[in-house]
Amino acid sequence: MDEFLSNLPVFREAIGQTFYIVAISVVVGGLLGLALGLVLYATRPGSLMADRAVFIAVNILVNVVRPIPFVIFLTAIQPLMLVAIGTTIGTNAVTFALSLAAAFAVSRIIEQNLLAVEPGVIEAARAAGARPISILLTVVVPEALGPVILGYTFIFVGVVDMSAQAGLFGGGGLGDFAVTYGSQRYNWPVVYITVATIIVIVQAGQFAGNYLARRALRR
Amino acid sequence: MSHVRLSHVTKTFSRGRGDEVVALDDVSIDVARGEVFGVIGQSGAGKSTLIRLINGLEAPTIGEVHVGDQEITALSERDRRAVRRDIGMIFQQFNLFRSRTVAGNVAYPLKVAGVDRAERDRRVARLLDFVGLLDRAHDHPERLSGGQKQRVGIARALATEPSLLLADEATSALDPRTTAEVLALLGRVNRELGVTIVLITHELDVIRAVADRVAVMDGGRIAETGTVYDVFANPTTTAAADFVRGALRDRPSAETLQRLRRSHRGRIVTVAVRDRTGFQTALATTFLAHHVAADIIFGGISELQERAVGSLTFELTGDAGEIDAALAALRTDGVDVTEEKG
Repeated sequence: MDEFLSNLPVFREAIGQTFYIVAISVVVGGLLGLALGLVLYATRPGSLMADRAVFIAVNILVNVVRPIPFVIFLTAIQPLMLVAIGTTIGTNAVTFALSLAAAFAVSRIIEQNLLAVEPGVIEAARAAGARPISILLTVVVPEALGPVILGYTFIFVGVVDMSAQAGLFGGGGLGDFAVTYGSQRYNWPVVYITVATIIVIVQAGQFAGNYLARRALRR
Repeated sequence: MSHVRLSHVTKTFSRGRGDEVVALDDVSIDVARGEVFGVIGQSGAGKSTLIRLINGLEAPTIGEVHVGDQEITALSERDRRAVRRDIGMIFQQFNLFRSRTVAGNVAYPLKVAGVDRAERDRRVARLLDFVGLLDRAHDHPERLSGGQKQRVGIARALATEPSLLLADEATSALDPRTTAEVLALLGRVNRELGVTIVLITHELDVIRAVADRVAVMDGGRIAETGTVYDVFANPTTTAAADFVRGALRDRPSAETLQRLRRSHRGRIVTVAVRDRTGFQTALATTFLAHHVAADIIFGGISELQERAVGSLTFELTGDAGEIDAALAALRTDGVDVTEEKG
């Protein structure tokens, strides 16, 4: 235990870094992904704003980016990182990459859940004379809100997972802490306390997500 | 005055690779302002496509659709949206917004139409009162029964005070009792609010309950059009005749006839019962005059638009020549008599 306590300041910093990376990635990636997902849903053939060219372009982009393992993605987008934030290492660089990776994952989750909205409800809105963009934002999204929140919760857990790889690029965080101060020094209490902390973060997120989704679904 | 007019409308759907399906084939209908016009047909007859042409949710391949003095088929999508705000629509599966309360559902078309909040609240309250669901305003739709859901659907469809209501199999998902309630409500919408209603259904009972006139659809075409009584009392197409037989069950089926024959050795004839005074007296005196004994062995008499319709099946016994003479006399008198052969 003493071995852990001596590292307490670093541990606190690591928690702060993880929260920073995860919070920004979930919010920025979540919003970007929402936009991409809406485009995928709405431009699909036969949908509200069907546009074959846009759909195909975005669909291919998502399919190309999404399967890349995060650790490779981090390396591959370094040129883009340099242009966007001026560096390829550190917490901000990792957050930038993670936000992008999350956005592509979120886009599919949004698309899938919107596709599950009953066509009849959309037809009712069309019959009322609503514009497609208004149907998308005031009918389709609210109707899918419960599953979408669960989807975001799923992404949150994935982002916590991916954030553990931040240490490889000087991003810090709990993953880095567990390796540097824990396993590399055969300091097992540090490893297990870090693991427990991550479990608590994930559980808290899952609990909050479930709660919000239940409220949206009123079940 | 014509409220809805479809002129020579054809609609084909492509299933890809040049595989075309003709949903509507040269269909023309004319719905008068203030009437309840029913379209009846088996599933796949093209009814759903037909009703969606009226509010422009579907566009015809060929032909014109007029609502009031506007030609829907000539409008841009933007202008069609404006027309849709004056056309209410209700659906088989109700299609209520689960993310909104009952009041929120009814308010939706008003929001779309840009009605301000105070006026929205007033109208929502009035509509929910009209459909008898004022006390459920703040519930979510999943807490309602099917009949209640459809009443919310009706309130929502009437929110913008449309002059035309489209009902797409509105009672097909309901049990018989709630069906009657919803149909009674549609009747009130027509009579009290003066709303023209176009309804599509596969059930003759729905047509009987509310429609003034009916079009029978068969394979994408209109088989017959006319008043409900004329079409179903004297069907000239098998499509119409099938619906009458299915709903009234007044004529014996082939199996029933076979069974009847085992216990009834005489000649079996079926007489159509129509709205005509002195009809049964004429039957009785004719059979009596020819010394023919007539036993009723099957049949049923019902009402269409408050006029009698049905048929009676008799077993006739007596001298063969006299029976022929009696049947001939009845036919001369304008009675529709069919001898059941076989």
